[in-house]
Amino acid sequence: MIDLALVNVSRLQFALTALYHFLFVPLTLGLSMILVIMEAVYVMTGREIWKRMTRFWGLLFGINFAMGVATGITMEFQFGTNWAYYSHYVGDIFGAPLAIEGLMAFFLEATFVGLFFFGWERLSRVGHLAVTALVALGSSLSALWILIANAWMQHPVGAQFNPQTMRMELLSFSQVLFNPVAQAKFVHTVAAGYVVGSVFVLAVSAWYLLRGRNVDIAKRSMAVAASFGLACALSVAVLGDESGYLASDNQKMKIAAIEAEWRTEAPPAGFTVFGFPDVQARTTHAELKVPWVLGLIATRSIDRPVSGIFDLVARARVRIESGIEAHAALRSLRADPTDAAAQARFAAHQQDLGYGLLLLRYVSDPTTATPAQIEAAAWSTVPDVPVLFWSFRVMVGLGLFFILLFATAFYLSARHRFEQNRWFLRIAFISLPLPWIAAELGWIVAEYGRQPWSIDGLLPTFLGVSVTPVTNVWLSLAGFVIFYSALAVVDVYLLVRMIRGGPDGLGYWPPERAGVP
Amino acid sequence: MPDYETLRLIWWLILGTLLIGFAIMDGFDLGIGATFRFLGRTDEERRALLESIEPVWEGNQVWFILAGGAVFAAWPLLYAASFSGLYLAMFVLLLALILRPVGFVFRNKIPDPRWRNAWDWALLIGGAVPALLFGVAFGNLFLGLPFHFDELQRPVFTGGFFGLLHPFALLAGVVSLSMLIMHGSVYAALKVGEPMSGRAAALGRVAALVYAICFIAAGMWVASAIAGHQIVSQANVLGPSNPMTKHVAVIQGAWLGNYRAHGILWLAPAIALLAAGVTWGLLGARRPGVAFVSSCLTLAGTILTAGLALFPFLMPSSAQPDQGLTVWDASSSAPTLFLMLVIVAVFLPVVLAYTAWVFRVLRGRITLEEIRRHAGRY
Repeated sequence: MIDLALVNVSRLQFALTALYHFLFVPLTLGLSMILVIMEAVYVMTGREIWKRMTRFWGLLFGINFAMGVATGITMEFQFGTNWAYYSHYVGDIFGAPLAIEGLMAFFLEATFVGLFFFGWERLSRVGHLAVTALVALGSSLSALWILIANAWMQHPVGAQFNPQTMRMELLSFSQVLFNPVAQAKFVHTVAAGYVVGSVFVLAVSAWYLLRGRNVDIAKRSMAVAASFGLACALSVAVLGDESGYLASDNQKMKIAAIEAEWRTEAPPAGFTVFGFPDVQARTTHAELKVPWVLGLIATRSIDRPVSGIFDLVARARVRIESGIEAHAALRSLRADPTDAAAQARFAAHQQDLGYGLLLLRYVSDPTTATPAQIEAAAWSTVPDVPVLFWSFRVMVGLGLFFILLFATAFYLSARHRFEQNRWFLRIAFISLPLPWIAAELGWIVAEYGRQPWSIDGLLPTFLGVSVTPVTNVWLSLAGFVIFYSALAVVDVYLLVRMIRGGPDGLGYWPPERAGVP
Repeated sequence: MPDYETLRLIWWLILGTLLIGFAIMDGFDLGIGATFRFLGRTDEERRALLESIEPVWEGNQVWFILAGGAVFAAWPLLYAASFSGLYLAMFVLLLALILRPVGFVFRNKIPDPRWRNAWDWALLIGGAVPALLFGVAFGNLFLGLPFHFDELQRPVFTGGFFGLLHPFALLAGVVSLSMLIMHGSVYAALKVGEPMSGRAAALGRVAALVYAICFIAAGMWVASAIAGHQIVSQANVLGPSNPMTKHVAVIQGAWLGNYRAHGILWLAPAIALLAAGVTWGLLGARRPGVAFVSSCLTLAGTILTAGLALFPFLMPSSAQPDQGLTVWDASSSAPTLFLMLVIVAVFLPVVLAYTAWVFRVLRGRITLEEIRRHAGRY
């Protein structure tokens, strides 16, 4: 039987460690690109100040990179330590992109990051720029493979259940590779990372300008952040993640939950700007709707409907009943693999096997499930509507704010008028935490919104957990909370200290030459 | 596409290659991490030792990350059963490994001796604990781990954390720790200036001796007092990966069965020991360059010795020997193994090429004079 206490604490640990890891990843993505831009300007113009900028932001990059690597090892371990059945059930497919990430991307990034710091005197200008570019390429490639793996959890394609091994096995790697959800996710997530890097550079530079120090470096850094950030903030919004949300029932459920759309509307559906989703009454109070917008965003059409939660639950109910058939057929096949009738029955229902597994939360033998249990399992396919509804709206609101922020910065930068507009510098500085909030909310929408599935339609999250004493998981969770909190304190302390010290305090240049470009 | 049996065999070899690659590459920086506090007595000396590994350890560690990813992709059952079964041991290993990236980057940022001293200890733990635990893990493979599969085919581990600290496993831990300290000392003797280089050579000789004694002792222990596992039913080398269909006998001395059947395999432990002796001699003659090659041979020979003894077992079960994981029943499907083989064949040479280039750029000794010229680059 399923131990829900174990499931919940394992999920909590995964969510906390993933959210923590995702504090550092977007900044690594964004800053590495900004370093390439700055160093490219240095190589093209030969002006020393651009080298100093690259080294200064590179120092902050290094601190953040170390935290990203440290917390990333946890993620690789955790699938095995805490989600052993998940690893067994889908490792045949899911393991491949993770291994390829190590071989193709992380190796590149990690091998060259050392040369970025230690290669300044050993490499030519162009050689060093190439090293920096390879680090940035490695980190973006790394995101690509991780998101291919993640997209497969959201929309599993190119795989089939094998009754002999009791797991999913690979049918077509090209389908896994060219998963439409992966493409949407990659562009959205990487561009969001670039926005995080740009806001970071913008905010720290604004602080220098407000203090009237390191003005030359701060102004140039702001110009880079403004133009790069504007392009990326626009990409994040235009190429939003939702373009992949119609690929499957679960993805449709996610968008219905994001919109708190309980009943299917006549197309094109309206977008709910505001409201109070009520899970008990299964309705949304005080809705404020803008006609047409949701239908246009979600279906890119005016005539296709956006399914509501009630309709999707009804579909889930049908699939659960079919899943019970699959489960029964599988049991016959386990007893006698040559049973032709069971083979045919399994073939007809195997696409719904995962829906049958949803019942394991309520009953140990799905074939004996009561109608009430089936009903409960069908409604369990609805994710947490209010959390998704609000997370999405705050994230989108922040995304729109970033466009405005960067557009203003771009305008001021073009006119060389940063110092005359201290109000903008203050806004830019206090915007520092906002992109992290947006990125974490994006993770919540995508992954918390995937519940109750760990693999959409194939494997319920509660089933994927390792069989380990719950005290072990509490122990490790407590360890992570203490250890990670201590690291966070040290990380922030060091970053603040380095930023306060500024680009002049690094000791890379003899003092008499420090201010000479 | 090669047949399923060949693919599984190739993937066993790839796993061995990745482990050897990890031991050679990450091994020297783990070894230096475990000893730099003693090889370097002043902050400058320690910085010189650290700077010999700071630019490269990050890439080296990817060998471990990749080995983990390869186990996930090619041996998902092994990944699931070992990581979940060894839950707390993995957690300790993880915390030790997390100390490394932050330790290297944070240490030099602030000159306060208390700050640096604290991070030096963190780096020492981050070097010594993994070096010890990898050996303890291998030792436990010889003893068998207490796990079985339930009706849903979920791995269930019935032992605890302290059960892993069997004296034989601890001896195996000393083998790997002394081996990596030897390797790290050789690298330090090669890359760092005096007086650290001379101290490293002396320590490396001691470590080589400890390694050789413990390696022989562990071998005698396996031969005399540890029951090995042997598949007694027909092994279905082409069949689906299901660890529930075979029969396994637990027999005294079975871990030497492969060596008895194929005498040539004795080359692996012979090379390991011989190379350790050569390393000892070359360090005495202050020839660390050649000593590095012989040290690499010791690492490869040791890992091969263990792998060949266990083959075809990957993770024997002491609770339900029939359900132990082997090369034939814990792998991914044939298409996945083939796909990953192609990817490894294409990209691993690329990785080796650019890694070699990076080491070439960074060639030369790190001397105290050089350390005094700059405040720390990293």
